[in-house]
Amino acid sequence: MKFILMVLMLSSYAALADDDSSSSKKPGVIPVNNPQYAEECGACHFAYQPGLMPSRSWKKVMANLVDHFDENAELEADEQKALTAYLTKNAAESSKHKRSVKIMRSLTKNAAPLRIIEIPYMVEKHDELTPKMVAGNPEVKSLSYCDKCHTNAITGSYSEDDIVVPGYGNWEEYEKSSGFLGRIKKGAKELYKDVTGN
Amino acid sequence: MKFCALIASTTLSSFVVSASLYATPVDDLLVEYRSTGVETFSAEAGKALWSQEFTNAKTGKIRQCTTCHTADLRKEGKHARTGKVIKPLAPSVNPKRLTDVKKIRKWFKRNCKWTLGRECNAQEKGDMLLFIQNFNGEQQ
Repeated sequence: MKFILMVLMLSSYAALADDDSSSSKKPGVIPVNNPQYAEECGACHFAYQPGLMPSRSWKKVMANLVDHFDENAELEADEQKALTAYLTKNAAESSKHKRSVKIMRSLTKNAAPLRIIEIPYMVEKHDELTPKMVAGNPEVKSLSYCDKCHTNAITGSYSEDDIVVPGYGNWEEYEKSSGFLGRIKKGAKELYKDVTGN
Repeated sequence: MKFCALIASTTLSSFVVSASLYATPVDDLLVEYRSTGVETFSAEAGKALWSQEFTNAKTGKIRQCTTCHTADLRKEGKHARTGKVIKPLAPSVNPKRLTDVKKIRKWFKRNCKWTLGRECNAQEKGDMLLFIQNFNGEQQ
């Protein structure tokens, strides 16, 4: 019984570690590589990588720039066309990068959320955060601002050891030292050490 | 001697030509705005518009140019919604400003709609261009 429990814990630890390890050379999503997109969209907000949403979502966003989440983000027709092409061509379904694949896997067939943070995979990935850490945190304010906590977001990396929540420090450290999941992870890690000597 | 004079006159004429060829984007836009019937532009009027308060129909909140850009154009501003830093607008501290006609058009369109709830007219745009171009803090 003890052995089974240990195996269970080890495997779940391995799964967790694998999910967010930064050791993989490939970033989670393809970084933005279109200067026009970086300039036009990045002028007001973090230039979200195209691989963070399916093309059907990008099409919807780009079709209504006049009312872009209550802001006016109108573009000239030619620019709008060029940027829509860039976004849809490099959207999540066209990428083999880890996060893009998981984003697509979490969406039902025709789901086209307007916000990245509404994608089930994203919701799940952020479910440990408290309102105090985000909305109530003047340095974060909203989950829309990826790069407030994902310190390497601009490179397309969203790995867990790059996360620093302002006021809470490095996320891995924080998680290790608090919370139920943190305690499980910590326990599993120690157990893993005991068994393997690593 | 004749040769020197020739060089001098060539240099001079090319200077004159280049000066007229390289009218600034602001000059070009003012010409365009004048063509719609506006006669004079005023930095003073631009300054007044800059801090004028507009009540947004949807949110009921006050919106001004200064909401994001601050009253001192030599300072950095902050996007009201996203908090993203906006580089200073005054060409005296940020020489890149007012150098790109396309950008000027784009931001007038977007930001007038956000602030005033409509596009700005030629008079307003010309006034604001002069205000921004001449901003040195003394008007404050």
